[in-house]
Formats: sequence, structure tokens, C-alpha cells
Amino acid sequence: MYTRIYFLRYPKETSDDPVIYHLVKQYDVEFNILKADIRPQRDGIMILELKGNRENVREALGYLKGLGVKVERLATRIRRDESRCFQCGACTGICPVGALHIRRPEMEVLFDPEKCTGCGLCVTGCPVRAMEVSIDRLLKEEPAVAQGA
Amino acid sequence: MSEHQVNKTYAEINARIKAGEAVVVTAEEMVDIVRREGPVGAAKKVDVVTTGTFSTMCSSGAFFNFGQTTPTIKAARVWINKVPAYAGLAAIDIYLGATEPAEDDPLNKVYPGEFRYGGGHIIEDLVAGKKVFLEAKAYATDCYANTKCKKELTLADMPHALLCNPRNGYQNYNCAVNLSDRTVYTYMGMLKPGCRNANYCSAGELSPLLNDPLYRTIGVGTRIFLGGGVGYVTWHGTQHNPGVPRGDNGVPRRPAGTMMVQGDLKQMSADWLRGVSIQGYGCSLAVGLGVPIPILNEEMARFTGVSDAEIFTQVVDYGHDYTNGIQRNYGEVSYAQLKSGMIEVAGKKVPTAPLSSVVKAREIAEILRHWILDRGFQLTEPVANFPTVDFSFDVAE
Repeated sequence: MYTRIYFLRYPKETSDDPVIYHLVKQYDVEFNILKADIRPQRDGIMILELKGNRENVREALGYLKGLGVKVERLATRIRRDESRCFQCGACTGICPVGALHIRRPEMEVLFDPEKCTGCGLCVTGCPVRAMEVSIDRLLKEEPAVAQGA
Repeated sequence: MSEHQVNKTYAEINARIKAGEAVVVTAEEMVDIVRREGPVGAAKKVDVVTTGTFSTMCSSGAFFNFGQTTPTIKAARVWINKVPAYAGLAAIDIYLGATEPAEDDPLNKVYPGEFRYGGGHIIEDLVAGKKVFLEAKAYATDCYANTKCKKELTLADMPHALLCNPRNGYQNYNCAVNLSDRTVYTYMGMLKPGCRNANYCSAGELSPLLNDPLYRTIGVGTRIFLGGGVGYVTWHGTQHNPGVPRGDNGVPRRPAGTMMVQGDLKQMSADWLRGVSIQGYGCSLAVGLGVPIPILNEEMARFTGVSDAEIFTQVVDYGHDYTNGIQRNYGEVSYAQLKSGMIEVAGKKVPTAPLSSVVKAREIAEILRHWILDRGFQLTEPVANFPTVDFSFDVAE
């Protein structure tokens, strides 16, 4: 099963449409909404996990893009500052999905951005603030952008 | 003396280091060597075992002499980047503690607080070469007329800077769980209610004092790796407590010994001194520490050959017991179990997370090995020993 997490930005015009309904009905993909902030007649964002065969997911994304939804892999929005991180492992007890995990027996602390759901718990949980999730910042920025436009 | 089959002196080991003939291994490597060759064989072969640990270490800080002003000042209250330092020492000597938060920090008013900047962060900024802003207030005297001063300065501008940590390198530490029904934010990290995670904080078999459990070679005057530079053990640390339950191998099963360490801050590095922010608890400093242990005899070989499976600690409840001073534990676990990622507490499987970096501990042990091999780093015999307890191995091998 092909699984990917996407960061979607809805334009004003699309935010009223039942997009997810069409996604399931027409492209037969499983979905899991991890975070959403969409209001009618406003720009919106959604973090969406899609599961299905690779071809279906690809076509579903094509459909979204056709509606003017900007689609980005969530993984590109989460970063670990490797120069800050000192591999203590505190984050591995906080991360609910195992994106931050330990390779044994070396005890290396690894970050797999593909598994990350963008919850942001690690950001304040990391003693040296090595984790950066730039979707929370976007959530705050987005209304301002909408007003400006 | 001659109760041992192998007897080496500090002078002999140092001579071998000087001659480039010393055999130096890390505490991790020593586990296999002792297993393979036995303590006597290992003691004949190995001269020095290097240890390391890198983790948040409260009870850290630094003394600074920040240089005189004109007219002169006897600083009574001092802030660096808005973090208060203690100034009741002399005219311009101050002590900055690692856990001191910035004066305008909201602390836990918005719970759990973030504690973004404090004394530990200033120490990191200074060794990273950054400028800091120092502010002092004073009352005037005939010899010190100035009543206030403000200046920007770097570590290089300070006439004197000494890292001085009254308690570092805890020999073993609790494994923390939370048996209460609410999430708690502790110095042992975030602990979920109902015992759903367990945090621990020790480098285990790499940790300095776990490789010299009776403090036979680590004492006052021991030259060490400290914060990326050379430092010294200058006393036993605060809360040093040798009289705890120990295993047959002499290793404490509870938090026990500690070290006071110090060294010239100017030769240290931000790679090995890191300001930390512990959610809901406060600021502190992560310190890189490494101690070389001379293998004077087969007993030291046996001590340094200890493995994670032979080091145990207690599981303590930080949801209720710790805060209320209740001396109770929920069983013992080994570091091999803790490092496996899962332990059992009262019949229930609980996932574990470390707070101490094994990767960095290993790196420190490696660096120290290279200092000895390539730079002729010499070992020092303690001028005074730490308080300890009687111990001898029951049966010889």
C-alpha cells in the first residue's frame, strides 16, 4: 500500500467544495485528515494522508491540482537542524508516530520525515529546539496573506 | 599491593603514553576484551579505558571576571542578556548558573513553560564566540565610584572565565515513569499518565563513574575531557552518596557518586556545551564529559569491563512519589533493557526513551583516546580520593 502525507493549500474559490468526497468516490483512495483549517471564502490548509495504489494517489493529486490546490509533500515542511541535534533521544518518547526513532544497537536518533504527521510535539519537547515544523507558522500567516490579497 | 597479578603505576602508564606504546580502548570496546581475555589478560593488554557522557547536567555554571570599568565598579547586581548572575563575590567576579532563567521569562505561567533562554544558553553563546550584553548595578565606594555599567562583550574580552560545575556525571540515575493520571513535565522529560512511557538518563557502560564504581582512580585532580577542552575533577560533587545498594560487581543500583569539575571556558566548544530548554521545568546546560581510567590492575579491568546488562537502576514514579519525597521504587531494570526500547513495570510493557546521548558519549570516548594517543594527554593520580565504601569481589574470577 502506497502511503504519503501531503500539505494542501486551498485557494478561496475551492474552500467550499466537497473535495475529499470526490477524492474517495472517484479515485478510490483512503484518506486521513491530520490537520485542517478551512473556512468558507478563505484560503485554507489541510494535512492529508493518502493511501491507495500509487496510480490512484497520483491521479487524485492531479485532480486536486486541477482545482488550484497547491500540493506539497509534508516531509518538505519538517526539518531537523542537524547541527543543533545532539542525539539525546528525548524526542523519541514524545513522537506519537515513530518518525523520530532510535536505530539500535548504535542508539542513533533518526528522523524519518515521511512518517511525520506534523503534530509539532517535538518542537517544544526537544531540549535544544532542533526540530522545525513550518506549518504552524503558515497557519498563522495564511489569514494575513488572505487579507492582503 | 601485590594481591593483584597485574600491577601498573600511573608513571608507567604515562611513560608508555609518552613513548607512543600505550594501548587505549573505549569503555564499550573494553566489555568484549574482558569477556574474551579475562580481567588479568585484559589488564596486561590495556593501559587506559576512555569513558564519555553527554547530557543535560544541572548544577553547572561559570565564574567570570568581566573586566573593570572607568571609574571602577563593585558590581552588586549583574545581568547577562537579562539573565541574573550572582555578584556577591568581589568587585567584578560573578557566577552564572546554568538553570537561571532570563528575568523576563514567563516561567510556568503558561504551562508548560518553554524556558527558551537562560544561563546555559549564555555559556553556549559565549563559547560560540557570540557577543553578550552585560549590565551591572552597584553602590559607590571611595575605591569603586561607578554605580552602573552596560557593555557588550565576548568571551575573548573577559579577563577570566572558568566553567565550574558543582555536580556533574551522576553515577547512575533513576528511570522515570508517571503513575498519576495527568501528564507531568519534569527534569526527566515529559511523562505520560498511567505509566505509558519511561525516560532514563545515563550513558550506561560508557559513563565515567559506572566504570570506576568505587572511585579508585577518579578523584581530586583527575584530568578530563570537559566541554571539548581539558578540565579537572576538583572535588566529589554535591549529593555524592557512595552508600547505596550495589551489585556484586560494585556498581551502584541507585543514583550514587558525582563529580565536581572545572576548566578554562576559553578553550571549550559549543559542540560540547549546549544550552537546553526543558519544557515545563527550566533551562540548563548539556555538558560533554570524558574521563580516562588507568588500568592499574585486573580489578580496574574488571570494573571497566562492565556491560549494560550488568548495570541496574530503579524505576521511580515522578507523578507523585518523587515530588513528595517518598522513597519507593517499582522494580529494577538494566541498561540493556532500557536501551532495547521496552521495559516491564509491574507486569506492563512500557516504551523507553533516553535523555543522554550515547552517540556523543561514544564520540567523546573516541576523542579522549586520540588525545592520549596523538597528543600525549597524560593521566593524573588523584591527590585525594572521593568518599567511598568497602568493596571486594567475592570470588576471584
